[in-house]
Amino acid sequence: MTVRPWLLCLIPIALAAQVTSDQLVNAALNPKNWVTYNGSYMSQSYSPLSQITPGNARNLEQKWVFQVESLQKFESRPLVVNGIMYITQPPNDVVALDARTGRAFWIYRYNNSPDARPCCGSINRGLAISGDTLFMATVDAHLVAIDARNGRPLWDVKVAEAAAGYAMTVAPLVIKDKVVVGVAGGEYGIRGFISAYDTRTGKEAWKFYTIPGPGEPGNETWEGDTWKYGGASIWVTGSYDPDLNLTYWGIGNPGPDWNPIQRKGANLYSDSVVALDPDTGKLKWHFQFTPNDPYDYDSVQVPVLVDTAWRGTARKLMLWANRNGFYYVLDRITGEFLSGNSFVKVTWAKGLDDAGKPILTPQPPGTPVYPGVQGGTNWYSPSYSPRTGLFYISAWEDYASIFLPQANEYKEGQRFTGGRPVAPIAGANNPSLRSGQINVTTEALGHGSVIAIDVRTGQKKWKFDMIDVTDAGILTTGSDVLFTGGREGYFHALDARTGALLWKGSVGGQVSAAPMAYELDGKQYIAVAAGHAMFVYGLRE
Amino acid sequence: MRIEFCLSIALCAIPLCAQDHAGQYTQADIERGSRLYALNCALCHGVNGDSISNVDLKSGRFRNATSDEDLAKVVANGLQGTAMPPHKFDTSEMTGVIAYIRSMRDYGTGAVAIGEASAGKAVFEGKGACLSCHRVGAAGSRVAPDLTDIGSIRSASALERSLLDPNAAMLPINRSVRIVTKAGKVINGRRLNEDTYSVQLMDEKENLLSLNKADLREYKVITTSPMPSFKDKLSAPELADLLAYLLTLKGIN
Ligand code: HEC
Ligand code: HEC
Repeated sequence: MTVRPWLLCLIPIALAAQVTSDQLVNAALNPKNWVTYNGSYMSQSYSPLSQITPGNARNLEQKWVFQVESLQKFESRPLVVNGIMYITQPPNDVVALDARTGRAFWIYRYNNSPDARPCCGSINRGLAISGDTLFMATVDAHLVAIDARNGRPLWDVKVAEAAAGYAMTVAPLVIKDKVVVGVAGGEYGIRGFISAYDTRTGKEAWKFYTIPGPGEPGNETWEGDTWKYGGASIWVTGSYDPDLNLTYWGIGNPGPDWNPIQRKGANLYSDSVVALDPDTGKLKWHFQFTPNDPYDYDSVQVPVLVDTAWRGTARKLMLWANRNGFYYVLDRITGEFLSGNSFVKVTWAKGLDDAGKPILTPQPPGTPVYPGVQGGTNWYSPSYSPRTGLFYISAWEDYASIFLPQANEYKEGQRFTGGRPVAPIAGANNPSLRSGQINVTTEALGHGSVIAIDVRTGQKKWKFDMIDVTDAGILTTGSDVLFTGGREGYFHALDARTGALLWKGSVGGQVSAAPMAYELDGKQYIAVAAGHAMFVYGLRE
Repeated sequence: MRIEFCLSIALCAIPLCAQDHAGQYTQADIERGSRLYALNCALCHGVNGDSISNVDLKSGRFRNATSDEDLAKVVANGLQGTAMPPHKFDTSEMTGVIAYIRSMRDYGTGAVAIGEASAGKAVFEGKGACLSCHRVGAAGSRVAPDLTDIGSIRSASALERSLLDPNAAMLPINRSVRIVTKAGKVINGRRLNEDTYSVQLMDEKENLLSLNKADLREYKVITTSPMPSFKDKLSAPELADLLAYLLTLKGIN
């Protein structure tokens, strides 16, 4: 028998793009796919899928596992498009997997420059997709476009100088024909910025400095030359409101982190949320959570957008549980502060004034400040369920640090932190970025929890306590199941209405990413990165 | 202007050619070795023999061997504690493999004609219809390997071999598969990954498919290349131009 070369009869076929702009805007209408880091432009980390319910969640079982070839912290949240899962393997490989079995189609390997010096691990949080193109921000501060079908690079642009301490860990956000990223490096005295690139060519479209330059409003909030190396970095994906045509991004700490007298002033737009026009990068409004921050309270949280009744009228809201320990409700059209209160023990401020500014209560030098350096929460994706009207946060409770400021001269490419934080108990190991297999911190050093806040009242509805702290993001679903994990190596399902534990699975390593949901062959799946592997769950058949 | 680019002359200007084995082996041995190399070695060592760091098979210099006997030992026994596996070859196969490694750097014509890249681009996009299977940048099809950076990962002679004798040059992972599912659906595609229970491929419509072998009635890995040989389809000057163009494809940056 002779084999007929099948390709000879091939005619070139024009392919329909996989993910259009409309599909990004209407992500909630097609919950089978998960097309942005936080599931939709509203960033609610909410999936309308409803097959897994509080009633059957005990039948969840592991469907497959994909081990990554890396011992770096695994913070990647997958995208799923038409049965294919795209993940980043730390730091910057991209893997296309069969979402049904976890078998790999292709791996794109990116070699980072040895100049890369990310502060806190060579990690990456995920990808963006538009059409047939994936976008990845790299640890050496490049932005790379990759063909989603064959894993080949299409363009690669340098966003910033890695040797000067710039890095990128954020999952990009595609808005119309642009892909938006922001730079990390807040511990290296960078000057932060958010920038946008043409999705087809990689050509820079605009750049918004998160620290205003001389002559721009806000530059006066920095003393002398301190604006040049004041940090204000970005490392978590923003949100987008297509009706208002505004994109929202949380901005990191001012540098040096712990020595504010070196940078007198409010230090705009550090520890703020900024609302930008995605076509031009022009600032529409900003709101600063922590002026002249001495505690490293980055506002690098996910801006969660919610349309709901507020005190009797329908409003466009933004919910924000900040690293500084306060929960804020803002009007996202204007940035107006609507309400706020603490959600964990807070001692650095006794409350917020009518404009949302903290009423400072500085603690005596050398004594504990609540919350500690990692904050009441951090970059972990929170979730909002339109069904329960509850906002869900991964929190560190009763957690403090003693801050020891120190003068620090700026030198390009070197750490610029101005001192250090230590545990409130002498000699103890404060919970930090990573933990070992045994929780060696004591209860006096704080613990993790999931807190559900009723958006109408701002009050806690329920709380789920853990012994160890948590870096896991949260997913809620259209059947009121909440998925999250923690440092302890469990992945659990809670009842989103009550906080009751429905099911738990062991993943044998810390969960430092947010779960996501997708549907394939009529079946709902839940995926989460944990330890050094991607775990996928579904119902037993 | 056309330049005749003579590899053997160019390389022998460098002292490393002092011990020249070329000419010592018959053309038939080299040909046989070339096919064995493509099947057994290219996956790790690369078509050009230099994919593994600190190992360059075509350089004629080896860390673990000097004589042909040494080479045969390395190939037969592998290198303990490394990824280099042992190979079972009969004497004539081993002679072929060694003959090929020794003449790798100037295998083929010995002199590869390099023409005009701009004319080669016209052949690539026109008469050669290469884009009907291959992709360069954002143009063309993805059903055959992407050639965007082929000029930086393959030598002129390796490229020429692909064009003249695709079957001999084909890497195992580039093989195509023909599948009939239990439901009777026929699927042709390029294999991307395979295990005992499943296979991942790109089909003719550039879709990524993952199939359970238990669901298949027929599964055939095709060891001949779907790419036609251009030996008689293109003239010598056209081939020279095409090679010049392929050598300019150095990736995206
Ligand atoms: C599975 C991968 C793999 C395959 C297949 C393979 N090799 Fe190797 N080979 C290696 C690696 C890796 C090394 C380097 C080992 C080391 O020294 O670290 C090597 C080393 C060698 C060396 C020694 C190089 C030197 O500098 O001393 C020779 C010669 C060689 N291979 C020939 C072959 C031939 C011929 C074949 C096919 C018949 C082949 N190899 C197949 C992986 C492979
Ligand atoms: C009918 C489809 C088809 C056409 C037309 C075709 N090729 Fe190919 N080509 C393939 C396939 C499939 C492979 C991979 C299998 C193989 O190596 O033979 C391949 C392999 C190659 C390779 C080797 C790639 C490698 O990684 O080493 C080169 C080079 C190449 N083709 C160049 C060309 C050029 C130049 C043309 C036009 C003159 C062309 N091809 C036309 C299908 C095609």
